[in-house]
Amino acid sequence: MAVEVKVIKKPGRTIAEQIYIPEIAKGLGFAMGRFFQNTFGPQAKKEIDTVKYPEEKVEYPERFRGVHRLTHRVDGSPRCVACLCCSTACPAQCIHIEPAEYEPDDPRHGYERYPSVFVIDELRCIFCGYCVEACPCDAIRMDTGIHMPPSTNRDHFLFDKETLLSIPGRDGSYLTANPRHEPGDATHPGIDRERGH
Amino acid sequence: MTTTFLVVSSLVKVLAILLITVGGFAPILIWAERRQSAMIQDRLGPSRAAITLPASAVTFIDRARLPMWRLAALTGIVAIVALVTLTFIAVKGSNPLPISTSSLTASLVAFGGASVVLRAGYGVHGMIVRNGGKIMLIGLLHPVADALKFIFKEDFVPPKADKLLFSAGPIIALIPAIAAFAVIPFASSLHWDYLNQVLPRTGEIAGPVVPLQVASINVGILFIFAIASTGIIGAAISGYASDNKYSLLGGIRAASQMVSYEVVLGLALVPAFMIYASLRLEDMTMWQHDHMWGIFVPPLTLAAVNFFVAAVAETKRVPFDLPEGESELVGGYLTEYSGMKFGMFFMGEFVEVVSLAAIASIIFLGGWDVPFLYRDGFEFSLPFVAASYSVPLVHWLVVAIQFVVFLFKIIALIWFQLMIRWSLPRFRYDQLMSLCWKGLLPISLLNILVVGAFILSGWLDGWVAFFEKLF
Repeated sequence: MAVEVKVIKKPGRTIAEQIYIPEIAKGLGFAMGRFFQNTFGPQAKKEIDTVKYPEEKVEYPERFRGVHRLTHRVDGSPRCVACLCCSTACPAQCIHIEPAEYEPDDPRHGYERYPSVFVIDELRCIFCGYCVEACPCDAIRMDTGIHMPPSTNRDHFLFDKETLLSIPGRDGSYLTANPRHEPGDATHPGIDRERGH
Repeated sequence: MTTTFLVVSSLVKVLAILLITVGGFAPILIWAERRQSAMIQDRLGPSRAAITLPASAVTFIDRARLPMWRLAALTGIVAIVALVTLTFIAVKGSNPLPISTSSLTASLVAFGGASVVLRAGYGVHGMIVRNGGKIMLIGLLHPVADALKFIFKEDFVPPKADKLLFSAGPIIALIPAIAAFAVIPFASSLHWDYLNQVLPRTGEIAGPVVPLQVASINVGILFIFAIASTGIIGAAISGYASDNKYSLLGGIRAASQMVSYEVVLGLALVPAFMIYASLRLEDMTMWQHDHMWGIFVPPLTLAAVNFFVAAVAETKRVPFDLPEGESELVGGYLTEYSGMKFGMFFMGEFVEVVSLAAIASIIFLGGWDVPFLYRDGFEFSLPFVAASYSVPLVHWLVVAIQFVVFLFKIIALIWFQLMIRWSLPRFRYDQLMSLCWKGLLPISLLNILVVGAFILSGWLDGWVAFFEKLF
């Protein structure tokens, strides 16, 4: 079978392109059109894409992973039970938790622990979101919608428990959409001391 | 005319030209170039440089907005009433009112002006408040910031550079660009004793005359060519003195390009000399004032295109900016320059843009000539009909209108140059040279022949007579 050779003609230039002046006029016309539309045109017709950054900001997408926050219970204490799942899952090893026991008269004593120290090094964090995935209590979230602001001091990037608790979610709430069932509540699904084992 | 008067008026004119070119056009052009490119490319452009006002001033400005708007409306209503009354008087032909027509006109001008100023102030105040107390002036503060940066930047000289020539380069590039303005007439001559009178349209007028140009010399345009070609030395010297191969290449490119296009620049204007029969720029403007704008004479239209292309090449700007060609030569002869020395090159380039726009508008667009404006004011006449409507104006007003229109023509041509700068890609070097020597030069030479035939055959007189009948 003979090899077929398909000859493709080299695209040449038309006379108008060769003369160059009509092409200049075309290009100038296009540029002038843009210029007049964006300079003197009505506000609605202007197609300027620039955002004046500090004055106007583009909202981050809904699932943007921003700075962490620790969610609250209804009484304002952290939901975190200091299970260390997040710090274990963290590939950057930027979460430091020191668990502590509740006081013996606290109804949560014996069921849960709480973090006495909870520090995230936001400078070391790679914002992968594994901590949020790992958390069994919906206690750590990255739905704040703010990126880490710049600073001149490394210490500013160490977010302690109080700082993390003071950051609200993007909707302004310190809670999460998932309700928390405390031991002793009627809705509490598990076994507890009052209801017997 | 006394010598003192001559010296003082010349000094005032020189200072005014420096103020307009170096102080006005050059910084605004730096802004305009960035802003215009931004607008073409759907960007916002320079807008970050700002003066931040204290919060108390912002609240004061915010409070002043409403009274300003009310005052603007009030003065506007008064101006409109005055305008209506004036129209009524003009229609009726006589003034039955207790107010004289002149005081009505004065109040129209005063209240209308006040209204416009107050309304503009209202808008500006609103803008400041909306920006949170930042005065940004649509980016006009950027040239100021640039100037500050230029002044305080390190004045670096390469260790093995020729120190004297390295420092002389920017000066030699900047001074000729400014010096070219010496022979440019900014308006028709000012008759000092008759500022507040309506002059007769024709005839000689006695008394001291102040020509609105620094030097009225008989070589006129040739002086500009001579001075402009000195600018080549600045580019070449700075390329050589930088002790940098890229700079040297850029300097050589600049020199050869400018020498080549200088020829076209001169030859493209020879038809204009032939038709205007003078080398003085003021005589050229006068011819166009008496007959018609040069660009409407067919051979001069071609000459104008030739001249404009050569002028863009002469200023070494895109699409002919090969001496700087940053993709091949880093920065060409500008590579080693920084701080105010670079600023001087920059300014020289922009002043050159202004001076070439001024020359183009004088030779082809009538210079300070305004259609229908004569020495005694406006006279609008319709073609083929005997009807005409004239508005007599005092002398200083006529000159002021001519000056403003001349500046407007310069701005329009600069705008067009910037448009070209942001629309066209850079030429290759051989294309640049063949465009000059094989394209523009033969066309210019041919155009001289055509104009000679045009004048000798009497077609020029016929064309001018036809055009004058039309208007």
